[in-house]
Amino acid sequence: MILWIAAVLIGMGALAWVFRFAGQAATGNAPKFRDMPFGVAYGYVLAALVVGWLIWAYFQGRSSDPAIANKFFFLRIGIEGFIIFAIAAWLFRLAGRRVGTAWSRKMFRAMPLTAAFGVMIILIYAILAIFAGLLAPYGQEQIIPGVAANITPGGDPALGGNLDFPLGTDQIGRDILSRLIYGAQNTVGIAFATTLLAFFLGGTLGFLAATFGGWLDQVLSRMVDVLMAIPSLIFALLLMTIASVWAPRLGIPLTVFMVIIIAVIDSTRVFRLSRAVGQNIVVMDYIEAAKLRGEGFGYIIFKEILPNATAPLLAEFGLRFCFVFLTIAALSFLGVGIQPPLADWGTMVRDLSGFVNYAQFAPMAATAPLLAAGAIALLTVAVNFVVDWMLHKSSGLKE
Amino acid sequence: MDNVLKIIMQRLALGLLTLLIVSVVIFVAVNMLPGDFAQAILGQGATEESVAAIRRDLGLDQPMITRYFDWLGGVVQGDFGASFASANAASFSGTTSGVKTVAQQIGPRFANTMFLAAVTAVIAVPLAVTLGILAALYRNSVFDRAANIFTLTSISSPEFFLAYVLILFLAVLNPIFPSLSNIYDGMAFSERLNKSMLPALVLTLVVTAHMMRMTRAAIINLLASPYIEMARLKGMSPMRVIVKHALPNALAPIINVVALNLAYLITGVVVVEVVFVYPGIGQLFVDSVKTRDIPVVQACCLIFAAAYILLNLTADIMSILSNPRLRHPK
Repeated sequence: MILWIAAVLIGMGALAWVFRFAGQAATGNAPKFRDMPFGVAYGYVLAALVVGWLIWAYFQGRSSDPAIANKFFFLRIGIEGFIIFAIAAWLFRLAGRRVGTAWSRKMFRAMPLTAAFGVMIILIYAILAIFAGLLAPYGQEQIIPGVAANITPGGDPALGGNLDFPLGTDQIGRDILSRLIYGAQNTVGIAFATTLLAFFLGGTLGFLAATFGGWLDQVLSRMVDVLMAIPSLIFALLLMTIASVWAPRLGIPLTVFMVIIIAVIDSTRVFRLSRAVGQNIVVMDYIEAAKLRGEGFGYIIFKEILPNATAPLLAEFGLRFCFVFLTIAALSFLGVGIQPPLADWGTMVRDLSGFVNYAQFAPMAATAPLLAAGAIALLTVAVNFVVDWMLHKSSGLKE
Repeated sequence: MDNVLKIIMQRLALGLLTLLIVSVVIFVAVNMLPGDFAQAILGQGATEESVAAIRRDLGLDQPMITRYFDWLGGVVQGDFGASFASANAASFSGTTSGVKTVAQQIGPRFANTMFLAAVTAVIAVPLAVTLGILAALYRNSVFDRAANIFTLTSISSPEFFLAYVLILFLAVLNPIFPSLSNIYDGMAFSERLNKSMLPALVLTLVVTAHMMRMTRAAIINLLASPYIEMARLKGMSPMRVIVKHALPNALAPIINVVALNLAYLITGVVVVEVVFVYPGIGQLFVDSVKTRDIPVVQACCLIFAAAYILLNLTADIMSILSNPRLRHPK
């Protein structure tokens, strides 16, 4: 095994040397090839081999022999998905450059493809979440009478599918497609509400600490320091244990407790940022002028500081949303987050995860848990792409 | 040197104080539970007298401050108390020989988790720094952009998604590593490594991305400095400029981000251990959260917080030590 790897590495080295030599000979020693370090030539060969292998694997995935096709099925789906998403994002950006207001067209013109992809995915999720009730073919808690549990996704009757349920049914016979769509409403909606609450708490306290300063700043900052010294997921799990005992006694759903707990934990991070941003703003002359005019603290915070702190807070909102969303998904995956019968992606991954082990014989069966987990990943990736672009744009980083 | 020693002692004292306050927070949080340990051990059908007797035995009739210092005193000596679950099991069977203390339960699992974290660090740190240097060297090239997209994707995916994707490709479709990490005592090192490889790879994917991006950013930040331009003008190759001149000066932020990411591992380890049924402290924590085994939850929480504070402290001290202006004051 090790000998094989060594042989491949040395062979690639030889190929790289040949590649560089051939380039030098063919172009009459052009600077690009003359000054090319060996490492770069090696990199080109490596990239060519990886791309070649991917193309080979893609056609293996279309092979007529099911044993081979099953083995490369997921790679094939992945490659097809990547290409389809790339084309969709490109078309979306093209459309954005043609229609819309002058401002939005200008924005789309300067947008890299990854950011366009992010905006597109976020829009799709928003539409799914808002219109879940209209788009989903069945209810999220509906156990359809006369329908078997564990129908395989894909809708091919020969493989145990059913065309009425394109993504199959779960272990008690609920439609997975409907639950995925409702998951957008529940998981994303709850995460969004939590982030808003965290921003309201952390932002207000942070700006208050920045404007008042003195003992209030000291007390709040030290409290936040202590709360931030405990890893957030661990602290959330500890508090959820306690909440899960209190929730049935008080008759309040556990999800409400979860929203409050995560919002408080995450508001510490928002507090840090808004305090730092606010401190930079309160020393400005226009704040001094507002104070001399005799404006109250409410006016100074919401009319003077907030508008000038929008850009960093907006980027932070995207990142914070990702963290909250991932924390909620992790809690649900561990079984203490959003409670059934509400459809939720984290819980779905946990319930369906066993099917991954059938991938070799029935690849379609293994897609169900991956779809739910992928739905989470897709949204966080999309938000991160957009935030990355916004930060890049606002920092003016051109190198 | 005196100056640095003083700063470090200050930081250590501050860390200890933070840990103390955190222990208060955890203790108070746990005491917000309705009912108390005695009721929890005896269950619903217990008589008033027996609950009162247990309360007296465990010292639960004492005021909260006394109980806190009793608990803290035990913790300092490595005694985290008895776990509810095993106390329950013992009271059913009528013996006391099967009762495991929390410390006995946590001990071996803590070692397992440390092993997993060590394997991850050994893979992730060199990989991240190398990739970061390469990305800084060939910045804005296709390689840099591909690495950027790949790392952003792996940072923002949930751990369990990465875990199932790796299980799918490396355990189910191509059986290279086992998908369940059933580790036991007295296992050969190579077998142990093989079984914990998949969880370690998932954690590597999660932390490498962040470390690599920070390494790249730290190096690129320095490339505009005059001494880098000087090195370039005297005809040094780009690789040598980065390794000899930029890297030593970028070491402080890199060490910082490595320590912070190792601290992040602590959170990530919980989900990953559950996916792979890895017998570590994270899985014990989640199981105890579900069964509401309060002494174990309390102890795990304290250990996680202590490790987190310690790593953050290390990051802090390392960045002080790697700053020559602080080491050699004027």
